[in-house]
Amino acid sequence: MAIQSKSLQIERPEGDSGFDWLFSRRASAEEQERLAREEKIRDLLPDEEDNNVGRPYDSQLLGRLVTYLKPYRSDTIVAVVLMAIASLLSIAGPWLIGVAIDRGIRAGSLSQLRQWSAIFIIAALAEWLTNRYRISLMAYVGTKVVTDMRSELFRHLHKLSLNFHNNYSVGRLMSRLIGDVGTLQDFVTWSITGWTRSLFVIVGIVVAMFALNWVLALVTLAVLPLMILLTNYWRVRVRSAYRDTRTRLSLINGYLNESISGIRVTQSFTREARNFRHFDDLNRSYFDANVVATWLTAIFFPGVDFIGSLATALVVGVGGWLVLGDSLTAGTLVAFVLYVDRFFDPIREIAQRYNTLQATMAGCERIFHLLDIQPDLLDTPHAGTLPPITGRVDFEDVSFFYKPDAPVLHHVTLHAEPGDRIALVGETGAGKSTIIRLLTRFFEVTEGSIKVDGYDLRDVTMASLRSQLGIVLQDTFLFSGTLADNIRYGRLDATDEAIIEAATAVGAHDFISKLPAGYQTVVQEHGANLSVGQRQIISFARALLADPRILILDEATSSVDTTTEKIIEQALDRLMEGRTSFVIAHRLSTIVNATKIVVLDHGQIVEMGSHAELLAQKGRYYNLYTMQWAPQAEPE
Amino acid sequence: MQGKWDIYRRLLGYLKPHWREVTVAYVAMLIATVLSLLVPQLVKRAIDSGLSTGNARALMMTGGLILLVAIARGLVSLAHRFYGDWLTFRVSYDLRGDFYISLQSLPFAFHDRAKIGDLMSRVTSDIGETERFIGSGLMSLVATILLLVGVVIAMFLEDFWLTLWTLAPLIALVWVALRFGGIVRPLFRKIQDQMGILSSVMQESLTGIGVVKAFAREPHELEKFDRESDIWFDMRYQSIKVWAHYWPLFNFILAIAIFLLLWFGGPSALSGQITVGTLFAMISYSLMLNAPVSQLGFLVNMATSADASASRVFEIIDTPNEVVEPVDAIALEKPRGEVRFENVSFAYQEGRSILREVNFVAEPDQVVALIGPTGSGKSTITNLIPRFYDPSEGRILVDGIDIRQLQLKSLRSQIGIVLQEPFLFNATIAENIAYGRPEAPLSEIIAAAKAASAHDFIEATAKGYETMVGERGVTLSGGQKQRLAIARALLYNPRILILDDSTSSVDTETEHLIQAALAILMKGRTTFVIAQRLVTLKSADLILVLDHGRIVERGTHDELLARSGLYHTIYDLQLKDQEDFLALQRGKIDEEHVHKAMEMATSMAPEKIIER
Ligand SMILES: Nc1ncnc2c1ncn2[C@@H]1O[C@H](COP(=O)(O)OP(=O)(O)OP(=O)(O)O)[C@@H](O)[C@H]1O
Ligand SMILES: Nc1ncnc2c1ncn2[C@@H]1O[C@H](COP(=O)(O)OP(=O)(O)OP(=O)(O)O)[C@@H](O)[C@H]1O
Ligand SMILES: [Mg+2]
Repeated sequence: MAIQSKSLQIERPEGDSGFDWLFSRRASAEEQERLAREEKIRDLLPDEEDNNVGRPYDSQLLGRLVTYLKPYRSDTIVAVVLMAIASLLSIAGPWLIGVAIDRGIRAGSLSQLRQWSAIFIIAALAEWLTNRYRISLMAYVGTKVVTDMRSELFRHLHKLSLNFHNNYSVGRLMSRLIGDVGTLQDFVTWSITGWTRSLFVIVGIVVAMFALNWVLALVTLAVLPLMILLTNYWRVRVRSAYRDTRTRLSLINGYLNESISGIRVTQSFTREARNFRHFDDLNRSYFDANVVATWLTAIFFPGVDFIGSLATALVVGVGGWLVLGDSLTAGTLVAFVLYVDRFFDPIREIAQRYNTLQATMAGCERIFHLLDIQPDLLDTPHAGTLPPITGRVDFEDVSFFYKPDAPVLHHVTLHAEPGDRIALVGETGAGKSTIIRLLTRFFEVTEGSIKVDGYDLRDVTMASLRSQLGIVLQDTFLFSGTLADNIRYGRLDATDEAIIEAATAVGAHDFISKLPAGYQTVVQEHGANLSVGQRQIISFARALLADPRILILDEATSSVDTTTEKIIEQALDRLMEGRTSFVIAHRLSTIVNATKIVVLDHGQIVEMGSHAELLAQKGRYYNLYTMQWAPQAEPE
Repeated sequence: MQGKWDIYRRLLGYLKPHWREVTVAYVAMLIATVLSLLVPQLVKRAIDSGLSTGNARALMMTGGLILLVAIARGLVSLAHRFYGDWLTFRVSYDLRGDFYISLQSLPFAFHDRAKIGDLMSRVTSDIGETERFIGSGLMSLVATILLLVGVVIAMFLEDFWLTLWTLAPLIALVWVALRFGGIVRPLFRKIQDQMGILSSVMQESLTGIGVVKAFAREPHELEKFDRESDIWFDMRYQSIKVWAHYWPLFNFILAIAIFLLLWFGGPSALSGQITVGTLFAMISYSLMLNAPVSQLGFLVNMATSADASASRVFEIIDTPNEVVEPVDAIALEKPRGEVRFENVSFAYQEGRSILREVNFVAEPDQVVALIGPTGSGKSTITNLIPRFYDPSEGRILVDGIDIRQLQLKSLRSQIGIVLQEPFLFNATIAENIAYGRPEAPLSEIIAAAKAASAHDFIEATAKGYETMVGERGVTLSGGQKQRLAIARALLYNPRILILDDSTSSVDTETEHLIQAALAILMKGRTTFVIAQRLVTLKSADLILVLDHGRIVERGTHDELLARSGLYHTIYDLQLKDQEDFLALQRGKIDEEHVHKAMEMATSMAPEKIIER
């Protein structure tokens, strides 16, 4: 391994141990640190909406979880039955051995011995086979449920609006999709049949106990209320402890995700050590939350054991008294004590499963919470398909805000005829991109309406609208895959020729054909192995390939050199003949040829007209324009 | 190839610092096991003696004794469980920390290739699989093995020859367990790798959700997801079939051992060679193994999946870092800011050279402008200065020292860079500006924001500098993001400033203000500017014109215009547009604007922040 560079070597907390809580003096210092840490991340937690959800009952959650088993109902039932058979067989095992010894050896019959031994091994073989089948069934169901739920969640996330995605970090979503969903696997695979077996065994033993001696049986059962009390007390706490661990894990994953995406900035500003400290705080807080959860489970099980022993002690006491009173034989008492012991085995198992259940529920809660978020931007029920359009666009008195207290657009009215090139200019933050987000229906207008070819956007399906738009977003985003794949994203059935044509139009063909693998060059995630300008022209080609009726360019060439830009412009004139386009650009050379230039200021249209008209007005646009060509303002 | 057990050895290394907890946990586990084996015996004897004496008090005593033992057992099993899980989470804490540290120090080249989704799955899924085993899983495995060995010894002590009968199945048991591990290990590795692929698909689709929606490509993304998800399922199902086959098999093998005891031991007992009691005891011993052996499959499974997962985690932790500083690295203090490229060639991937024999000197305090077509290598040059990548040939010197001799941190803390794509963190505006100097007072943050002409819009937001910008700064417009990135670099107060196309999304008016402010702030710094707009270039001391990774022309604006090279061509392209402007009255800039810009810039003149 390479030598770790010195500057990146970061102090790790050392020397703290699991015994701290034993030594109160050190523990208090530890505790203080812990509190300080919690304080630091406190602000981050309320963001975790999941914490504030009304807490549904287990039964509700469980009921909902069970619906995921529905498609596999028959598999599950078969598995449960097999489990019952396997349990019977496993109980039969020792009994068969007993018979073999009694009838064979004790009675001195070799043939009986052979016979019963054979039966025993056959039973064991049958047990193996049933278990084999059962395990594969349930593991199948468990994995299916995980896949189903992940798929449902993933699909649901795609239905949610951009607004949702802007507010919910990918890292946290990933934490749900990988981590929380994963917790289901063990639960479905093992718990359902496990419960069956435990219940089966418990019933069997209770019956046996009552058959043996009902008084002692009642004595044994007398400790059960205690058990219920303990469980209830424990349940509430352990659930909230598990919930804490899951929120913290999600924080860790969110932060990690962001750290990776922003790594270039982090290294530029040498923030590694500080970021690690923050990460460590989160990591540590997750650890602490886990220690709490662990502590709770750790005290629960000895609690169960203790109650079990209490039952044994009671049975010995009461039973002994009965024996002395001659209403019970000593042998029965011994047998009974053994039963009591075995009675608590399945109960212990149930407790263990209950623990898994609590952990699963904490994960499920969060998944269901996400699934319950209603998409806030859906096709209306009466929405129809937008027929092929000519490209007329009308903004009628449109107002909009992202957050109620900060209106972004005010009464924007704007008309574009088919074939128009509309340029939007204005200061940064004036609302240019916002207008485009409304036209593409990423967001819904707050007031007024937008019509395309006379159809209100709300009356047509988003898919039919967007499939007729070609959009280059301000933040270029490329997918990993080949260059050809990326361009093809605009039209999935495009031929290679069409792709080359689109690439040529945006001046990308030259550089692509010089690459060793040409169009088959693999683009890394986010297009990391391309220059920013190259990414822009690729996403431009992608939009062109979509053969849109309306082309929307949000600073599509801001990082492209002027030569390439000229090429693109000529191509556009040709390709966009008779089609409508919206162009946002700061480089005014890009927009001088627009049919209509719209000058925005603080969300309002302040000027509108052709280049010549606006220049003649000597207003806002005139200022912008002269500014660009004016010699650099030389200070001093 | 690495040894089979290396991963485990390494994982055990993570337990080492916590040897005290390990000791307590394992000792407690032993005691708990012994106690639970002894208790039934104790109880039986106590009852027998209590009943035989017919003494009620003795019975009460017995009851009390049971409770006492129960308490003792409770305490040790508490310690056993608690510390078992404590170790689980402690190791995962350590692993996650190590993972984070190496991720952060890995160079750009690694991150260019890496997929975030895959890294995420390593952290979420793989560390999860690993932690499950190394804490309580390993303990159970040890307990099972100890019990197995203990029982075999006990059996040998009971009857040597009979035990030999059971030995064959028991050896088979161990063999099958190992074989099972061997079969599932590669399966697990494949499953986890596939999980990485699946995560990347999810991550990418969610990150690019804007594009997905813009092209109404949800079905396409879901299809991609389904494809990978199905593959994952199939792999998993394949492994399920393997474990479903093996797990119950262990108990069956044990049953064979008992069967052999009955079949071959039975006649001996019949003929009186051994007592029935001995046979009975041997069978009881075997039965004792039933519960642990039924766990065995589960544990072996856990162990192998931990092996596969941990290897994926260590893969990242062990990735060699090519950008490292030597042991005797020099600290760069108060540099003059001279940057020299000597014969620098560079390729991101072997075989496709991006920069070829680049030579130039940026004198201290000079402004060097880089210009050239898209993809000509401008950003690449600036990426080499802070040593984000190492050149494949030649060297880069800062103040005459090869930057490979310098301490990375000291080098990078002298360089302020505005990357071509502004990346903001999901934090407040103030925190984002102060990213490089978290301890900077608000007054300096504001001064930097003013210089980047961001102050006004920040003030206009509801919470001002405390406004959260959202993931990657989604709640800001493109130009607003860029201005924050500029402010961030300015506040860093670097000796060398790199502005990579940093005003491409800023409107001309604002750009003008920023230019004016920068003109002042560039004083006393060596500055590299990349800009597509020629106006920016006019004031540069040195213009480097790049084409296909070579410097094809160099000089000042006037010198370059005098030649009819690439620069001239580029200039002409813009000149054409200027024609109708020239018809307008020339040089009429809004006086007020210039004045305002000057004011902003002087509010954070370099002297003010240099002496921090
Ligand atoms: N998702 C969002 N949530 C809240 N506010 C937002 C969001 N997106 C943009 N804004 C705010 O709305 C205003 C308009 O932003 P918009 O992106 O439309 O500007 P723009 O004119 O396109 O600017 P630029 O030229 O810099 O891209 C800005 O003040 C911005 O901060
Ligand atoms: N991380 C990378 N891995 C592999 N190749 C890369 C990487 N980054 C850039 N390239 C390639 O190197 C060449 C130069 O890229 P660079 O980013 O330096 O261009 P640029 O001059 O800054 O262009 P632009 O004006 O578009 O920003 C391009 O051909 C690009 O495809
Ligand atoms: Mg670049």
